Amino acid sequence: MKALAELYLQEIKTGVASMLQYRATLVIWLIGNVLEPLIYLVVWTTVARSTGGSVGGYGVLDFAAYYIVLMLVNQATFTWVMYEFDYRIREGTFSADLLHPVHPIHADIATNLSSKVVNLPFVVAAAAGLAAVFHPAFRFTPLAVAAFVPALVLAFLVRFLVDWTVALAAFWTTRVTAINQIHYMAVLFFSGQIAPLTVLPRPLQVVANVLPFRWTVGFPVELLLGRLTRAQILTGFAAQAAWLLAGALLVRVAWRVSVRRYSAVGA
Amino acid sequence: MRFLRLVAVFLRVGVMGEAAYPANFLAHIVDSALELGTALAGLALIFAHTATLGGWRSEELVALVGVYFLVGGVIGLVIQPGMEQLTESVRDGTLDFTLTKPEDAQLLVSVWRVEIWKLIDVGLGLVVLGIALARLGQRVGVAQAASFAAAILAGGVIVYSFWLILATTAFWLVRVENILVIFQSVYEAGRWPVSIYPGWLRFALTFLVPVAFAITVPAQALAGRLTRPVLFGAAAFAVALFGAARLFWKIGVRHYSGASS
Repeated sequence: MKALAELYLQEIKTGVASMLQYRATLVIWLIGNVLEPLIYLVVWTTVARSTGGSVGGYGVLDFAAYYIVLMLVNQATFTWVMYEFDYRIREGTFSADLLHPVHPIHADIATNLSSKVVNLPFVVAAAAGLAAVFHPAFRFTPLAVAAFVPALVLAFLVRFLVDWTVALAAFWTTRVTAINQIHYMAVLFFSGQIAPLTVLPRPLQVVANVLPFRWTVGFPVELLLGRLTRAQILTGFAAQAAWLLAGALLVRVAWRVSVRRYSAVGA
Repeated sequence: MRFLRLVAVFLRVGVMGEAAYPANFLAHIVDSALELGTALAGLALIFAHTATLGGWRSEELVALVGVYFLVGGVIGLVIQPGMEQLTESVRDGTLDFTLTKPEDAQLLVSVWRVEIWKLIDVGLGLVVLGIALARLGQRVGVAQAASFAAAILAGGVIVYSFWLILATTAFWLVRVENILVIFQSVYEAGRWPVSIYPGWLRFALTFLVPVAFAITVPAQALAGRLTRPVLFGAAAFAVALFGAARLFWKIGVRHYSGASS
């Protein structure tokens, strides 16, 4: 356990150092992560205004609050590991990682955390800027804020495990872009990014409850905004815990069958 | 004429290069279809709640998505690959060989790389446009079609000039490929009419990254909402920006001294 903690600390340090070298890449991800929620914020506030104020229980200022918090939560939980895996397997750079005596997912989690450390000031600044422009309706309660912290940590873990499992598809096919695109669509629709889930048609909401994506983005956002009843919050935590278990199991099984197929291209 | 012959040659080279990987065709179709499906599903979701978005009806926004794919396809077909190769050649000095060729170097770097799979996006964009037009019905007359053609031509010239200016900065800044990637991520904002964005963002999407001219203005023409001053403005901006890009390119080439020096 202590060894693992040291590993994380060291990986985060090197991660931050290398992120600071590739500043332009950071800016690109940052623009994408700010622009996308901003676009949907504008679209839905426009819709809310033209329908006389409210869509799916959200008014104009509620949409602004929703998407500003979503931007922060998405930034906190997002990973790019499936794009990285494609490259790793194709270029064969994964061979070296496989020789390490610890599971490679730890290095990935640490690198991801270090990108968050570096990005945090910019994302907070972007959120503050958007808040100044769109005057969101925030109504934080102490209970919601307290419950938000564990929900966000669980969301991060679940999203990482799910994304990592999806990324393992790169072991099986060299054409992962279609898989990544389907995964992106699922996240877009079922995590609450394209619209808050109460705006979706009923059948899609049911699907969203079953899939993991809602619990990785939409749930913490709605929780912090105080839109969930106590029972819904408990259900959400249960779903997150269930997906955490399922995700850990998935990663373990998928990893074991995938890594057996690995042969570095060019080797 | 020579221009068209050159384009045909590079297109043939592009086809020959990719014909070796026929399975890619299916993969690219799946990618493009998924992306289009996402865009249209998003529209369906929004128009389940409202009849118009910022004054645009659903079939008009479908037409806008068509323009988005069409223009995005053309950018991905020749403009982006060519300009990426340009920044690459400036960095490693292989632009030397291009500059010695007996053809206008700007013309060469503009068409020397063709990513033929992007024709799928162009085709899909045209199909979507066709469907949207059919649903718009009788209301698209000859005048509207003509102003659409003019608007999309102006938009194409503006986008091309914009990319050329960005890529030309490589003569001084050397590593600019990241700036090019940023354009790609901002282009996505063009899937919605720029009129819905707040003023500062609308300004940025019109003049800093000319998504408005490339997508919104042509789609407005189809919807019959393009006023004459805007169309003339777009045309004038296209001519001016093309001239500026040409001038900037000339200055850049004069500044260029090969990689080894």
